[in-house]
Amino acid sequence: MTDPAPPPVFAPWADDGAVPLINLSGLTKRYGDVTAVNQVDLQIYEREFFSLLGPSGCGKTTIMRMLAGFEEPTGGTMTLGGQDLAGVPPNKRPVNMMFQSYALFPHLSVADNIAFGLRREGMPKSDIEGRVAEMLRLVQLTKLAKRKPHQISGGQRQRVALARSLAKAPKLLLLDEPLGALDKKLRTQTQFELMDIQENTGTTFVIVTHDQEEAMTVSSRVAVMDEGRIVQVATPAEIYEYPGSRYVAEFIGDVNLIEAKAGTTTDGDLTLHAADGAVITVQSAVPVPAGTDCALSIRPEKVAISRDRPDLDNALPGKIMDIAYLGNVTTYHVEIAGGQILKAMVANAAQRSEQAFTWYDPVWLGWNAARGVVLTR
Amino acid sequence: MTRFGWFNATALTLGFAFLYIPIVILIIYSFNESRLVTVWAGWSTKWYGEVLRDEAYLSAAWISLKVGVLSSTLATILGTMAAISLVRGGRFRGRTLFSGMIYAPLVMPEVITGLSLLLLFISLDVERGIGTVVLAHTTFAMCYVSVVVSSRLVSFDQSLEEAALDLGASPFEAFRLVTLPIIAPAVIAGWLLAFTLSLDDLVIASFTSGPGATTLPMKIFSAVRLGVSPEINALSTLWIAAVTVGVITASLISKRNATRREQEAAHAN
Repeated sequence: MTDPAPPPVFAPWADDGAVPLINLSGLTKRYGDVTAVNQVDLQIYEREFFSLLGPSGCGKTTIMRMLAGFEEPTGGTMTLGGQDLAGVPPNKRPVNMMFQSYALFPHLSVADNIAFGLRREGMPKSDIEGRVAEMLRLVQLTKLAKRKPHQISGGQRQRVALARSLAKAPKLLLLDEPLGALDKKLRTQTQFELMDIQENTGTTFVIVTHDQEEAMTVSSRVAVMDEGRIVQVATPAEIYEYPGSRYVAEFIGDVNLIEAKAGTTTDGDLTLHAADGAVITVQSAVPVPAGTDCALSIRPEKVAISRDRPDLDNALPGKIMDIAYLGNVTTYHVEIAGGQILKAMVANAAQRSEQAFTWYDPVWLGWNAARGVVLTR
Repeated sequence: MTRFGWFNATALTLGFAFLYIPIVILIIYSFNESRLVTVWAGWSTKWYGEVLRDEAYLSAAWISLKVGVLSSTLATILGTMAAISLVRGGRFRGRTLFSGMIYAPLVMPEVITGLSLLLLFISLDVERGIGTVVLAHTTFAMCYVSVVVSSRLVSFDQSLEEAALDLGASPFEAFRLVTLPIIAPAVIAGWLLAFTLSLDDLVIASFTSGPGATTLPMKIFSAVRLGVSPEINALSTLWIAAVTVGVITASLISKRNATRREQEAAHAN
């Protein structure tokens, strides 16, 4: 048996000729003195699974509510498929939303909840039945069609909410923390269901979440937000491997940040001088002028730990201060000269009793110049 | 848990005795055979028969019923509208003042409400009759309805209305298909409360009614001034029964609704 061919690379954002489905330009929302969304420019393409990621209060929900029509922007423009959304009420937009609380109508059955939107657009009765049955099959709830929302479990309710918001086949589906109310195991499973459904229906999904793991798993692209601004938009891998700023590096996953001053650049290798005198080499595609304050970002799993000095571009001696054993991986907290703690993550390929290091062992940390990223913001 | 001791039992008994002994005595005497109210002459239901044959009482009861239904219906519509705009209307200038003002008639002495309405009707040269009593009852019952409906709306997840709009419902459809069915028990409880208040009212009706619009409490009150008759006792007993049924129904509806909401909340978590 041969594996099916991998899907063609989906990257409309890299294609200059592609027309975005959603175009936000200078979008701003102010509540009195508070600026919730500040000059946001964003293009989202058809069939994308796009995440707005950020801590609570960063403005991601406000952007979503403006797209749905529940909030009017203070400034800037929003277009959907070329149509200006300004002044279009929520019930006249080809956009549907899945609410964080699911917002299922408690007095209607599962089937009637799903049929609600179809009835509003005046679809013939027989067509409604067919569409509802199709949506119930999609979320595997055919047996529960007659139940009321309070008679089904939280995970089932989440799927009813999804089916209801997809029933009208919107151009754009907005999902507000869609998995926030589910427990961890169910969440992981549902993430994959969500991705399948997105792919099968070909709908553009925009999801709001504060859970970076969720955003990384499901998204084609992620926009990281901070205080009403978008700080970086990229694919999950790019965001993780090449964060654009200290904020993004720290927000997504675990990271070691070493503050330093830029030195000289030779053949794309930049020399950094850390505060404690350590000299670190890092590859840098963009030239950084000497003397610039910057930070080296290196992910813990890219730091090797060894007893003897490793033959790598960078090697720093230190002492193990803490060991966090997580089963599949172990994170060593190593104090280097100057007192900074760096984290090194090692996959536990062997059993724990065979592990070599213990508390207060002197060790070396090492990594190659290509593994780190220099951050100037 | 605290045990239900003799002190609590005594306090409860005294309290309820204080509240209900007069009513119980009235009910017992309504079955009195004697024409003299204070002399017991054995059991009889003849006064009930007398009351039900008395045209004046029956027409007064009919007027009370009409006034009650009309005014509580009007009060329910207006009170619900007020509750929705105060809870849902977002922030507008003077909102706190308005929500405070909606409660004011609850504490306003009835004499003042009645007198001010009377002055209004006179100054507008409105002929007093059933219409004016209905208007007056609507005025004071509306705030009770508004309080009952507001408390339901406050605990109502607003994203339900947004979801309806999002799915293509117009604001009016969202109200009719989602908000109203969910708050219906509170609206019904409000209506029953308004109806009961209207049936009970003597003071405001006395100020605002005119010839041919004598409500039952007014009729009873005027009859009592000529001396308490056993007929009045029988009538009052019937009245108490009607009001009790109304109050119990209203509280059962709101209780059932509260239980269901609790269940929904428990399921949601």
